[in-house]
Amino acid sequence: MSGGMSRTAIGLGGALGATLRRELQLAFSSPGRIVNPLMFFVIAASLFPLSGRFEPALLGTIAPGVIWVTALLAVMLSMESLFRGDYDDGSLEQLLLAPQPLYFHLQMKVLAHWLVTGLPLVVISPLLALLLHLPADGYAPLLIGLLLGTPTLNLIAAIGTALTVGLARSGLLLAVLILPLSIPVLVFGAGLVDTALNGLPMGGLVAVLAALLVMAGTLAPLAIGAALRISVQ
Amino acid sequence: MMQWLYKLGSPRHFYEMTTGFIPWLAGVSVLLLIIGLVWGLGFAPPDYQMGDNFRIIYIHVPIATGGIGAYVMMALMAAMYMVWNIKMADIVAKVCAPVGAAYCMAGLITGAFWGKPTWGTYWMWDAKLTSYLILFFLFVGVMALRAAFDSENASSKAASVLAIVGVVNVPIIYYSVEWWNTLHQGASKLSLRDGAANPPEIWVPAFFTGFAVIGLYFLAVIMRSRNEILYRERRAQWVQDLLKTELANV
Repeated sequence: MSGGMSRTAIGLGGALGATLRRELQLAFSSPGRIVNPLMFFVIAASLFPLSGRFEPALLGTIAPGVIWVTALLAVMLSMESLFRGDYDDGSLEQLLLAPQPLYFHLQMKVLAHWLVTGLPLVVISPLLALLLHLPADGYAPLLIGLLLGTPTLNLIAAIGTALTVGLARSGLLLAVLILPLSIPVLVFGAGLVDTALNGLPMGGLVAVLAALLVMAGTLAPLAIGAALRISVQ
Repeated sequence: MMQWLYKLGSPRHFYEMTTGFIPWLAGVSVLLLIIGLVWGLGFAPPDYQMGDNFRIIYIHVPIATGGIGAYVMMALMAAMYMVWNIKMADIVAKVCAPVGAAYCMAGLITGAFWGKPTWGTYWMWDAKLTSYLILFFLFVGVMALRAAFDSENASSKAASVLAIVGVVNVPIIYYSVEWWNTLHQGASKLSLRDGAANPPEIWVPAFFTGFAVIGLYFLAVIMRSRNEILYRERRAQWVQDLLKTELANV
């Protein structure tokens, strides 16, 4: 290293910050990655009221389930972009070879992915709640549930994405792998809104959703890492 | 004993050691099944509430339990393969999936036949039924993932990761649907075990069918494993020799 550039070793914090920045820059450079899941979420949820003559009250009772299922599907459809580009251009291999622990890099990648695809779903969900006549008491639990639940869904779906990134057509396979594993989040998330609408305390279910997030956040990166090493070899 | 276990980990030894074992396992399982079914269907006293409807228990409960056992066994074998790279463990994990899925399907169908006269419906979104249906989906996912890869090594490892992730999820899925269910309709005690203590005349035949179903499960797993061994080792000398002697006998 005699010439111009002086190289300094990057610490863990610096490397993770760089990963996060890189992911966000990549996402903002192709807006479709952010907008398409959001559009899917809005369009798919608005199909339900059009599929029959629903009284507003009936629509209100199915609204939590409709919003949660479409959010789950939107999360799943957004996952393709998590590793696909990195796999195609070889930067995924560099990530696996990086001196910093893969575990934290993967947490950062999923966090960045959630910030650009999951968080917008949470932000726009009150609009869907309005369209689906969700009673006013349901808004807060819907937002809290989606805020805790969508990152968990991203983490679980990332395992399946990592397992299938080496395959050419993985869309439907990903759904078959991921949807059964996502059921607990769906049950507790939609259940939280239902509980609140019935006037019951929501503390327990919020705690369960938070516990699932912590568990997925700590355990899923291990499985994602193992899966990536299989897909890249 | 260790020597024996060690040998069982080698596909060739597994194949040779199970050759003489299969007729015995098949004979004992079928015998137990016949005893259990004749006793259970013909001689056990009818239930005081369900009459003769309950008799499907002698098939339904062992098969349904077997489906769960098959998933746990698949995940254990997958973990053994991932940790120690034992090829035989992967072969068993692979064949556990279709057998386990078949047990799950049989458990769901026999459950539906029991549900119709007892609850008045083939299907309820009850905690046990729902989590059992999801278990079936998990088997399907593992099989679909394994089938999607061209490379045998990658498909084995990927299916192993998914099987292990699934086994962590099974208890969470069970409790999630149980809590969800209790939220909506209160705990409905549909299990036979609650309340009335079952007399031995009723549950002893279930032991026979239970062991028969376990025996048939292992029979299916061993026979499928043997096929898989022959396929994977098709280029090995011992398989070629075996083929020659088998063909000479035809």
